[in-house]
Amino acid sequence: MNSSQLLGITTFAYLFSAILYIAIFVFRAKKIGLFATALTVGAFLVNSAGIGMRWYESHQMGIGYAPLSNMYESLVFFAWAIALCYLGLELKYKNRVLGAFSMPFAALAMTMAGLKNPDIKPLIPALQSNWLIAHVITCFIGYAAFAVACGMGMMYLLKDRKTTENPNSLLASLPDLRLIDDIIHKTILFGFLWLSAGIITGAVWANSAWGTYWSWDPKETWSLITWFVYAATLHARFTRGWGGQRIAWLAIVGFFSVIFTYYGVNYLLSGLHSYGGG
Amino acid sequence: MKKNENMAWRFFASVRLALFALLILATTSIIGTLIPQKNPPEFYIDSFGPRTAQFFQMLDVPDMYNSWWFITLLILFSINLIVCTIDRLPNVWQMVVMNNLDTDPERLKKMPNSTVFHARGDAEPLTGIVTALLAKKGWKAQHEKKPSGTLLFSQKTAWSRLGVYAVHLSILLIFAGAIIGSLFGFKAGVMIPEGGVTETVYETGSEKPIPLGFSVQCDDFNLSFYADGATPKEFRSDLTVRDEAANNTFSRSIIVNDPMDYKGITFYQSSYEPMQGFNISITNKATNVRQNFQIPFGQKIHWPDTEIDFGVINQQVRSRMGDVASLKVWFSDGQDEPSVFWMDNNTVQAITTPTATYEFQASQVYATGLQVAKDPGVWTVYAGCTLMLIGLYVAFFLSHRRVWVYIERIENEDRCRVLVCGATSKNKIAFEKEFAALVECFTQDSTFQNA
Repeated sequence: MNSSQLLGITTFAYLFSAILYIAIFVFRAKKIGLFATALTVGAFLVNSAGIGMRWYESHQMGIGYAPLSNMYESLVFFAWAIALCYLGLELKYKNRVLGAFSMPFAALAMTMAGLKNPDIKPLIPALQSNWLIAHVITCFIGYAAFAVACGMGMMYLLKDRKTTENPNSLLASLPDLRLIDDIIHKTILFGFLWLSAGIITGAVWANSAWGTYWSWDPKETWSLITWFVYAATLHARFTRGWGGQRIAWLAIVGFFSVIFTYYGVNYLLSGLHSYGGG
Repeated sequence: MKKNENMAWRFFASVRLALFALLILATTSIIGTLIPQKNPPEFYIDSFGPRTAQFFQMLDVPDMYNSWWFITLLILFSINLIVCTIDRLPNVWQMVVMNNLDTDPERLKKMPNSTVFHARGDAEPLTGIVTALLAKKGWKAQHEKKPSGTLLFSQKTAWSRLGVYAVHLSILLIFAGAIIGSLFGFKAGVMIPEGGVTETVYETGSEKPIPLGFSVQCDDFNLSFYADGATPKEFRSDLTVRDEAANNTFSRSIIVNDPMDYKGITFYQSSYEPMQGFNISITNKATNVRQNFQIPFGQKIHWPDTEIDFGVINQQVRSRMGDVASLKVWFSDGQDEPSVFWMDNNTVQAITTPTATYEFQASQVYATGLQVAKDPGVWTVYAGCTLMLIGLYVAFFLSHRRVWVYIERIENEDRCRVLVCGATSKNKIAFEKEFAALVECFTQDSTFQNA
């Protein structure tokens, strides 16, 4: 079994898991809940094994490196982090409907990875640093939390439509608005801490490679823009008491900024991170 | 003039301004990611037309992150951080150090989380029981006698209220580090050909020469590739530093991600340039005489006092930069037909003539490109970064939780009212659970009955 096969299985398992969670929500098929969780945990383990296997394979090729260095590998890790974040949420809140709004992101990330070139390529000198590992891990845990926050934001807006309060309606199975609001807030806090750590590890790395911890390169600048957006969101909540729909919208807007930082910059703008494009 | 009556003070301390600053910084920052920065003026004229280019120059768009207006925004942001901290910190500090045993028992009844129990006996023994119960849940309590009863109080992580101010301070520290770096440091670069020495580097952008106070020699530059022959594996420069003032000479290799530090100046491997020439080393295997040459491409070279002539007559380059992959050598020791052969760059080739055997070693001459930086502010920046992460963790995940228990003798009865109440600075949902667990502890204890 090689890493490509393991990660291929992961893609289908995440897709299936996302479908199951959506079925739990739409058809209120609570009976398949345990199966959905078991499948997700299994998929997560296969995903982990796939990353580990790829690491091992790179060593076999004599160019050993942590598989976190290009678009394919980062997408695989992104999916891994999203699944981890979601499983944490499920454990904490004991609510599987959250999965219908989280796991599709993991499935999407793996599907996007499937479109990338999965060849294991040796690292160019600029990437040969342990800061690479710290930088990618911190950034993507942050991004994953923001992905989940975005999903929760969508869930909030879906539930909070001013439709008739029918206790039998589909939306009644969604968690209480106050709880969703709290989950959005918590995941943003969590993501913000990791994003900050990601920007800082990137700065330390840049300083040890080029002697400049900050050079206003488009990737750096966009990560800062994202940081500003979430910082503003947190201030709006902490001190102006924003909540509900406005924070839900900000969670979605913030994630657009994340996606642009991650994806858009590589394809639309040029800069130091151009090697992240492959 | 009292500070809270001052309009300007109110303005600079406001969260509205903080939100404005964050969003305006976010929005304007986008400009510099869309319009390439720090290009020569002609670039903007070619790309955007003369009128737009003129408009850009007026607003410093080609270097917007150092423009007067962007710096002004950053200053505004800093003033906002400072004023808001000065404005709020005293009150928050008061909350951290205040004596909560002074709290008026009447106010306790209005706490968001509160439960009342009844218990037989006197306040004195009950105080001991309650203290033990609180301790079981990790609440270390103090108590004080009041005119009408006994008040117990316990709190967790009161200092967590300072977390957010630590984050604000950390941003100011990072700015301070950046200012120190730009005032007392420099960013520069230099190209040194193999064998070359420099005592001067050139400031990035202005090309202004900066004397180092010591010399740096490039002994060797090495470029290695992975097996695919195209992906660079390592750029390595062997450097020798000579500091006559300090009577210090040492050699060190640097690669990308592993720079050399000397006297606060750091040398980074940043680029290289292949030169039109070769380092040649020829050894006569019979006599073991060895001679090194640095020769240009396409010229016949004579080894003095011998009959040997040689030269590089052709080359194949690997990349647009002009890295030589292989070279064609012409060699004669005057005895026979000259040898003409292709060899890979950076290898040794044996040459046999009727009378002798030679080892011919060839490597292309490179110049190493070094980035040279002095940044005395970097440790301040790193201190700010560390403080930021600690501050964010404290501000987000720790909260100041307080629990009071008021034991009050009910008149004409042999029992007491026991009021258990609590409050938290944030994360109310989690605190409600923690408080419920504490109340459960009281319920489980037979001393207390629900009132």
